[in-house]
Amino acid sequence: MTEHAPVLIIVIPLMAACLNILLGLWKKELSYPWAVLVTAVVFGLSLLLMQTVLSGGTVHYRLGGWAPPWGIEYVIDHLNAFLAVIVSFIGCIVAVYSRRSIEKELPGKQVYFYSIYLLLITGLLGITVTGDVFNIYVFLEISSLAGYALIAVGDDRAPMASFNYVIMGTIGACFYLLGVGYLYMVTGTLNMGDLSRILPGLSHSRVVYTAFAFFMVGTAIKMAFFPLHIWLPAAYTHAPSAVSAIAASTMTKVGAYVMIRIMYTVFKPAFSLEVIPMSAILGWASAAAMIAGSVLALGQKDLKRMFSFMLVAEVGYIVMGVSRGNSTAFTGAVLHILNDAFMMACLFLVAGAVRYRKNARNITDLAGLHQEMPLTMLALFAAALSMVGVPPTAGFFSKWYLILGTIKAGEWIFAAAFLLSSLLNAVMFYRVLETVYYTGEPTPKRQGGSSAAVNEVPLTMLGPILVMAVGVLVLGLFSGRIIDTVIRFTVPEGF
Amino acid sequence: MIKRNEDIIIQTVTRLLTPFVQLFALYVIAHGHYSPGGGFQGGCILAASFILMAVANDVAFVKRRLPERLTTALISAGVLIYAGIGLACLMLGANFLDYGILHRVLPVDAVKARALATLGVEIGVGITVMAVMVSIFLNLLSAGRHEEGAVE
Repeated sequence: MTEHAPVLIIVIPLMAACLNILLGLWKKELSYPWAVLVTAVVFGLSLLLMQTVLSGGTVHYRLGGWAPPWGIEYVIDHLNAFLAVIVSFIGCIVAVYSRRSIEKELPGKQVYFYSIYLLLITGLLGITVTGDVFNIYVFLEISSLAGYALIAVGDDRAPMASFNYVIMGTIGACFYLLGVGYLYMVTGTLNMGDLSRILPGLSHSRVVYTAFAFFMVGTAIKMAFFPLHIWLPAAYTHAPSAVSAIAASTMTKVGAYVMIRIMYTVFKPAFSLEVIPMSAILGWASAAAMIAGSVLALGQKDLKRMFSFMLVAEVGYIVMGVSRGNSTAFTGAVLHILNDAFMMACLFLVAGAVRYRKNARNITDLAGLHQEMPLTMLALFAAALSMVGVPPTAGFFSKWYLILGTIKAGEWIFAAAFLLSSLLNAVMFYRVLETVYYTGEPTPKRQGGSSAAVNEVPLTMLGPILVMAVGVLVLGLFSGRIIDTVIRFTVPEGF
Repeated sequence: MIKRNEDIIIQTVTRLLTPFVQLFALYVIAHGHYSPGGGFQGGCILAASFILMAVANDVAFVKRRLPERLTTALISAGVLIYAGIGLACLMLGANFLDYGILHRVLPVDAVKARALATLGVEIGVGITVMAVMVSIFLNLLSAGRHEEGAVE
């Protein structure tokens, strides 16, 4: 079974999504345990893959037994396995969380929700395991279509937000596909390994330049890279809570992964950073993303909307690290993919919990909530520290590497952008935490003098929130080990 | 809104045309693996026959023949046929979708097994495409309320 894990990780959620509909036609209640079971199995498989990669190096799998470059090949190296573990873990945690919140937000539609949810997981995992540029497009569309549907079932304004996302996302996917088409035109292959062997000889072809430009803009739209982020805040604000959490924490990260693959595996660093000055272009754009994301987040009243703008800034962090062209910054970027997935999941899960219990969306509604929901607010506190970058939380370590990387590249102004964005994060979270802990009327004492009634969210929601909050701390403490065992192997050659 | 169409000419022509459209759809699906055509194209033609019925009559007319629960089940059944054939190859010890190995369970040689399994996959694709197309059309036609049956 181990040798088939690369394909099972996609086939199992795909088949499970379809079986779920048949199960749901028979018994509606089964779809939640089914989704949790499937995502847990997929998480197990991704761990198995990671184990295989760590002990035996890159895994190759030929679909249908056809040898590459003719057939589709699944290639899993350290970076793929790393992303697959993140996506499947968060997928599993959010599936557990979704039970009560989906019951409340989408009553009677759980069966279809979980089917589409599993398809979203299929698409995201597909992108992470495939070694074929066209196959990435197919899975990008599977995940995006599932994402559009899941976002559209949110609140009243969700259909409009989702429609904007459809337009932008389709343009992004279309650009990506044009890039694939141009490359196919000059190389006649779609396999990443094969492309990376052929392309160095074509590094002065106009067609290849055009392909590269299409790839970059396409992935930038998909990962909501400033200034192409305009679809993201509305989409993630109005989506159902569980969907915001999974989308914010994994979809943008997978987009970043595609960008890394295109820049450093399909094209070589020598091409991406020297022939085309991507380092400067992406550097300035990321600096703008960091500052603009944080500044725009400052002006928001809605909790989820504020987190969405922070996510725009975080995407800037990752792209900045990726495009610096040295191993320190790249390590920071890959570590930040992991850390940001956890932080964003935690923040959006907390926002969902607040919405579930208090039916509230605004920051001012959080006033005094630490008495009613102490553990949830503690989780928010942990995630906030990590977003600001306070040691020993996870956010500190990735930012540390990212800033060191920019300094190593001699680009002090980008280091300053990191610090400014972190300071703005601190201001924002100060505002949120002050509302939570220091405002609001002290809850009137009840009879017998016991303090405020603790009214936490149900255990299926609280558990995942705490797992994420603890995860943020644990990842910080173990970041050295994560870098040593996985991330240092993901750094492209020539850095 | 769409008025119920009572035109006897349109309804009779549709009645005559539908079997031929559906037969052609099956032909396109069945020949997909060695001539132009295939599951997607055939599925679309098959869906077109149901859409023709809906246009000539009304939503309820189609839904009596193809209830919503059935289309929903067919959507997943088609994907399951496709993935199931792939999984069967995996169970027999080959890679996913490596149909050649199916000669162990089918009474034919490896080359023929490959062709037959491809046909199976095309059938699965055809079923899903047909069900999805019909489902999308009925939803659009009745503004998502097709559980109420007739169109206003």
